[in-house]
Amino acid sequence: MNNCTERIYNGLVKENPTFVLMLGMCPTLAVTTSAINGVGMGLSTTVVLVLSNMLISMLRKIIPDSVRMPAFIVVVASFVTIVQFLLEGFVPSLYDSLGLYIPLIVVNCIILGRAESYASKNPVLPSIFDGIGMGLGFTVGLTAIGIVREVIGTGAIFGQQILPLADAAAGKGGYVPVTIFILPPGAFLVLAFLVALQNKVRNNAAKKGKKVAEPAGCGEGCASCGNSACGGKVFPTGNEK
Amino acid sequence: MKELLIIAIGSALVNNVVLSQFLGICPFLGVSKKVDTAAGMGGAVVFVITIASLVTSLIYKFILSPLGFEYLQTIVFILIIAALVQFVEMFLKKAMPPLYNALGVYLPLITTNCAVLGVALTNVQKEYSVLQGVINGIGTSVGFLIAIVIMAGIREKIEYNDISESFQGTPIVLVTAALMAIAFCGFSGLI
Repeated sequence: MNNCTERIYNGLVKENPTFVLMLGMCPTLAVTTSAINGVGMGLSTTVVLVLSNMLISMLRKIIPDSVRMPAFIVVVASFVTIVQFLLEGFVPSLYDSLGLYIPLIVVNCIILGRAESYASKNPVLPSIFDGIGMGLGFTVGLTAIGIVREVIGTGAIFGQQILPLADAAAGKGGYVPVTIFILPPGAFLVLAFLVALQNKVRNNAAKKGKKVAEPAGCGEGCASCGNSACGGKVFPTGNEK
Repeated sequence: MKELLIIAIGSALVNNVVLSQFLGICPFLGVSKKVDTAAGMGGAVVFVITIASLVTSLIYKFILSPLGFEYLQTIVFILIIAALVQFVEMFLKKAMPPLYNALGVYLPLITTNCAVLGVALTNVQKEYSVLQGVINGIGTSVGFLIAIVIMAGIREKIEYNDISESFQGTPIVLVTAALMAIAFCGFSGLI
């Protein structure tokens, strides 16, 4: 079981998909207008990730190597469809606010990336825990960004007003919300400061001679994006290699 | 005609695919260092999204919808797009070598670009006809082309600026994107 707790620690801290690896930036930017959306998106992704890791790990000896990417995509897309219907049926308010980004979980780099780099090579139990760890790491990342944007943009956390708003008519002083933080530009701005902070930590660690996992996402140019999970060919054409 | 124009302008400028819907952030950040490569990437995206929105609308209208298989849309669309991109690549390589030389390198990068799937799903969600879907696809991809070329132009200038250590690389690009997004917010009164 030691291996399993190590997997969860790895996903939450050491290789946190949002803060360290910079994976899945599209949903990170799009749905973090409020903390509750961040939690909803993170948990939906976690469910898909755990189930697809489990099934892919079970099937890893059956799926032929040459068609593994299409097979992974079909598995992931099936689970995404199931999650989409469950959300539509049981949490319609969340379904409406996440909208298009639920089916787009299919093309989230984290899921195909974990399928390719972990679940297709490891036994079922560690793969499940890898999914839980990575998913929770993603949820924590989205929630943190969501909280920052919601507090600055509206003065509330999870819909609870924590900063008393200014009321000019009553002559009452208070917090004036910076609405731009819940609009699209705010997403870019928050992420910019987040990456700058990460660069700072990385530079300090490098000076002390420590190693931090490199970003695997697309922030650093498409050379890093060219791995098979993100930008590679899905169907082998036969004229490679 | 007026309705089609509104769809095209709406998807290109008002709801810009990168700056207000956050689809296709990967190539937007990764391939925007030079104007030439950015224009190449943008061209490839216009090409692929236009064909993909045509094919996915046709398949949804004439195969999935009559058979009652609407719930399979996500699975079917992603596989169609993946196969289509590689088919287009092979076709261009044989039939139009000059175009392939200009766009070829960027085509495989588009396979898992969420903008392509995003357009296909939006077309279904908004119940667009095939023609409206194609127009929406063209508008969206032209919006991507505009955004990535502007970004590349700005980045070529940023190269010469003195930026504090932590903000070098991705962070300054994201700040630039934020400013561009504010500018594009100005289009929201257009329709």
